[in-house]
Amino acid sequence: MNHDFEAQLRRAKIELPPLAIDTLQVNITKLCNQQCRHCHVDASPARREMMSEEGITRCLEILERHWAIGKLDITGGAPELHPGFNHFVERAVALGKHVMVRHNLTVQLDPHPITGASMEYLPEFFARQRVEVISSLPYYQQFFTDAQRGKGVFAKSLEAMRRLNALGYGVDGSGLVLNLVYNPVGPYLPAAQAALEADYKRELKAKFGIVFTSLYTITNMPINRFRLHLQKSGQLEAYMDKLLAAFNPAAAEGVMCRRVVSVGHDGRLYDCDFNQMLELQAAGRDGRPLSIFDFDFERTLARRIRFGEHCLGCTAGAGSSCGGATA
Amino acid sequence: MASYYESKDLKKFGEIGQHAKQLADDFFRYYGNVTGTDGALTKREKALIALAVSHALKCPYCIDAYTTQSLETGANPEQMMEAVHVAAAMQAGITLVHSVQMQNHLEKLVA
Repeated sequence: MNHDFEAQLRRAKIELPPLAIDTLQVNITKLCNQQCRHCHVDASPARREMMSEEGITRCLEILERHWAIGKLDITGGAPELHPGFNHFVERAVALGKHVMVRHNLTVQLDPHPITGASMEYLPEFFARQRVEVISSLPYYQQFFTDAQRGKGVFAKSLEAMRRLNALGYGVDGSGLVLNLVYNPVGPYLPAAQAALEADYKRELKAKFGIVFTSLYTITNMPINRFRLHLQKSGQLEAYMDKLLAAFNPAAAEGVMCRRVVSVGHDGRLYDCDFNQMLELQAAGRDGRPLSIFDFDFERTLARRIRFGEHCLGCTAGAGSSCGGATA
Repeated sequence: MASYYESKDLKKFGEIGQHAKQLADDFFRYYGNVTGTDGALTKREKALIALAVSHALKCPYCIDAYTTQSLETGANPEQMMEAVHVAAAMQAGITLVHSVQMQNHLEKLVA
C-alpha cells in the first residue's frame, strides 16, 4: 500500500497551513535516565546533545517578545537533566508563560546519569514554579509499563506520582496539573481517551491511592527506535496500513504542527518533535531554514508544514498530539 | 509449502464479496454495527466476547484480530485471559453437561 500522507490529504481535499504559534516546544537534551522501546528521540543515558546557554537565552527572548506564544513546552530526553533547566523554567514562568514539562517520573529517583546528583528536589521545584507536569505512564499496570519503559519503571513511577500528589499535583482544587500520557506498547492504536482516562483514574486510585488530572492518548510514531522494532519484527507494513486505513479528516484538521513550533537543541526550528528527530527542518517560503537565532514570527507562521508518511500517526483514529487525541 | 491459515490472508476477508457482493455488503454492515460501535455493550466488552468466541471456535484470524481489538479498546491481559477462561470453562461445562444424557441412557439400559 502507498503511505503517501500528502496524497491522502489531497484525496480528502484537506489543506493544513499553520494557524498560529501559541506554543514553543523546546527539546533541550537527548540525555535521558531511561531508554524506552518506543522512544522517537532515541534518548538514553549515553546521549549528550544539549541546548547551549545562548540557545536558552534566545528562546526566552522569543517568548518575551511574542505575547502570542503563551506556552513553553520543555521536552527531551529528560529535560530536567539539562544544567540550564531550572533557570529556563524560572525565567519563562517569570515572563508569565504557561510552562509544561515532559517529566518521565523516574528521573526524580535516579541519580543524574552524568553528575550522579540527586534529582529528588524536582517535585518541590515544579510545585514552586506551578508548572504543568506531563508524564508518560503506558498503562495502569506493571506489565505494559515495564515492557515499554524498562524493568522496575512502573514501581518507580508510582513512587514519583505519590510525591507529586503529596504536593497537590493532580489533586482537585490545587491548581497543580499532573497529566498522564498513554501510548500503546505495540503496533496498535490507542483506546478511546475518555474511557481509558476513567479506567486509569479508577484503578490508580483504588489500587495505589494515586490521582492525576487528565490522560492524553498518543499514537506511536513509526520513526527511529519504534520503526526499527517494527522492521525487525516484520510489522512495519501492517502498522503503516493500519494508520492509513484509520485516517480521520477531523484528526488531520487538528494536528498540533498547526499551532506549535518545535526547537531542536541546536536552535533549528521544526514543525514538530517528530520532524525534528527526522531532521526535517522547517523553512520559510523563501526556502531558507528557520532557526531561533534569526527568528521571525510572521515568516515562521507563513511556512509550509513539512509532511511525511509518519504524519499518518497523528491523523489515525481519534488523532494524536502532545496534548492527546485531536478529534 | 503453502499452508492453511496464513495471517496475511486476513486482509483478504473483504474478497468474500467476489461472487456474492450484496450478501457480503450486508454481512460487513451488520458485522461493523455489531462489533465496531458502543451500544448496550461497550466496544471493549464486545471485543472480549469476540476474543472468547475466537478461541472456542479456534479461528486464528479472529484471535489475532481480537487480541489487537481488545488492546485498542483498552483491555488488559488479565481481562483477555479471563475471557479465554470463560470460553474454556463453557466448553468444559458443555462437555460435562452432556454426561447427563449419558447417565439417562445408562439408566435406561441397566434399569
